[in-house]
Amino acid sequence: MAIDAATVRRVAHLARIKTPEDRLEPLAAELNGILAWIEQLNEVDVTGVEPMTSNVAQPMRLRDDVVTDGNRVADVLGNAPRSADGFFVVPKVVE
Amino acid sequence: MSDLTKLTLKAALDGLKARDFSSEEITRAFVANIDAANPRLNAYVVQTTDKALAMARASDARLAKGEGGALEGAPLGIKDLFCTDGVQTTAGSNMLRGFVPPYESTVTANLWRDGAVMLGKLNMDEFAMGSSNETSAFDPVVNPWKSTTSNADLTPGGSSGGSASAVAGDLCLAATASDTGGSIRQPAAFTGTVGIKPTYGRASRFGMVAFASSLDQAGPITKTVEDAAILLRSMCSHDPKDATSLDVETPDWTRSLGQSVKGLRIGVPKEYVVDGMPAEIQALWDQGIAWLKAAGCEIVPISLPHTKYALPAYYIIAPAEASSNLARYDGMRFGHRAEGTTSLADLYETSRAEGFGKEVQRRLTIGAYVLSAGFYDAYYVRALKVRRRIAMDFDAVWDKVDAIVTPSTPSAAFALGDKQIDPLQMYLNDIFTVTANLAGLPGISVPAGVDKGGLPLGLQVIGKALDEATVFQVASALEDAAGFVAKPEKWW
Repeated sequence: MAIDAATVRRVAHLARIKTPEDRLEPLAAELNGILAWIEQLNEVDVTGVEPMTSNVAQPMRLRDDVVTDGNRVADVLGNAPRSADGFFVVPKVVE
Repeated sequence: MSDLTKLTLKAALDGLKARDFSSEEITRAFVANIDAANPRLNAYVVQTTDKALAMARASDARLAKGEGGALEGAPLGIKDLFCTDGVQTTAGSNMLRGFVPPYESTVTANLWRDGAVMLGKLNMDEFAMGSSNETSAFDPVVNPWKSTTSNADLTPGGSSGGSASAVAGDLCLAATASDTGGSIRQPAAFTGTVGIKPTYGRASRFGMVAFASSLDQAGPITKTVEDAAILLRSMCSHDPKDATSLDVETPDWTRSLGQSVKGLRIGVPKEYVVDGMPAEIQALWDQGIAWLKAAGCEIVPISLPHTKYALPAYYIIAPAEASSNLARYDGMRFGHRAEGTTSLADLYETSRAEGFGKEVQRRLTIGAYVLSAGFYDAYYVRALKVRRRIAMDFDAVWDKVDAIVTPSTPSAAFALGDKQIDPLQMYLNDIFTVTANLAGLPGISVPAGVDKGGLPLGLQVIGKALDEATVFQVASALEDAAGFVAKPEKWW
């Protein structure tokens, strides 16, 4: 299935990456090249095969539901693009 | 005193313990090497010289009292994807330029616990997405090796290109690295160094900047197999902070080195003969097989029938996981935030367009596509089923063989700029390494020969899950037989 510029625009929006109009066609061509190569997976008989999501055979562990960390406001905010009074500051987004 | 920076990790640790030289002396020797080489090789993105000297002096104090851990006083380089408390960590991305973690990755915390000294942070492909270091936002690393047939700057491979270049160029005793599809083993092969990706879950992923979480695994790049065994042991641990960390003992792998390989069954998978593979890669592989046979191994032809589907499956699974993992970079709490945007969507989209480089954007777009409604089953779920087929291929041979030997890469190091035009050409670098990531198996690359231009080539040993012992044993036999001692001639 070929990807066109409109599909790239939609997917780029899903990925939240601003993509200029003049990049849509070249990106579509690149993605089509990669996806055409990926199509060979359709040759594999996967009847009855369970999807493999993990290499780890052990069951997921649960830890005790207790507080183990906290009260590190300065650390949490230390890399914020902007912060004030112990809060993240973000642009106003109510439109 | 001879040049301390040429020592192996093992020899340096012995010398430090015997007080033949101090940690401060060897640390200063490396700092001088880095200062001289980095303008050309670009292996380090951050040098932490003051911190290194302070750590070295603390090590010397412990060594003077006859104390000290397994890596006491050893100056190491750290791939810039391991979070280091108070030291910038970028994963090679403009998105994280200036990001200073307030915490330490478990892998590096283990190294400092054992007394290691941090020289700085090593360059890498952006978010570990690349095979040549050319996707780094901090410009590519240059390989210390040059071909005898050309003066072109060569890639050290990727994504752990800074780690490989630094080890090969004597800019650290050894380095940490990480491997999602071959990012330890391919750079090791390109630089005449040793690199091992352990079994998935051996080393904690806590504090490692995530790329594809079901595949990412830390490991060392070193000068020798013995050094790899020493450093890997310190890196690995069971970690409650990583849900996929294995609750298993970390053995002393140095005990496997030099053990006779007589009677070991070595698998040679016929599917690893690929179209267009240079004759010298085939010759190296044949030579490796001959060495192991001469050492008493039984050579067993095997079939791993789904090998050719590993890379296409990887290029669905890894981008899909990346698109989920990298969703965290939204310009809100940390990382790059665009200025002057007009809406929330615009803020997200512009921040990410400015912060991520081209290859990362490409992969995130693929990831979003294969996970999107209508394509999820056709692409993502199918790739996960093929992944199980690949793992089952390995399961089916482990009653017949103890380890598998293959080439590490389909070529020697190529010139920077050579493969940038076509992403598919670049992806093919990982053709021999990616299966071990998909199946979670340990794999090591050992330098075993040179190509016609005198560039190093590596052989890979893949083992059963948690059987790094046999992997090290076979790698050690290959290292002994190959007697690879070539070093890059210093031009920087």
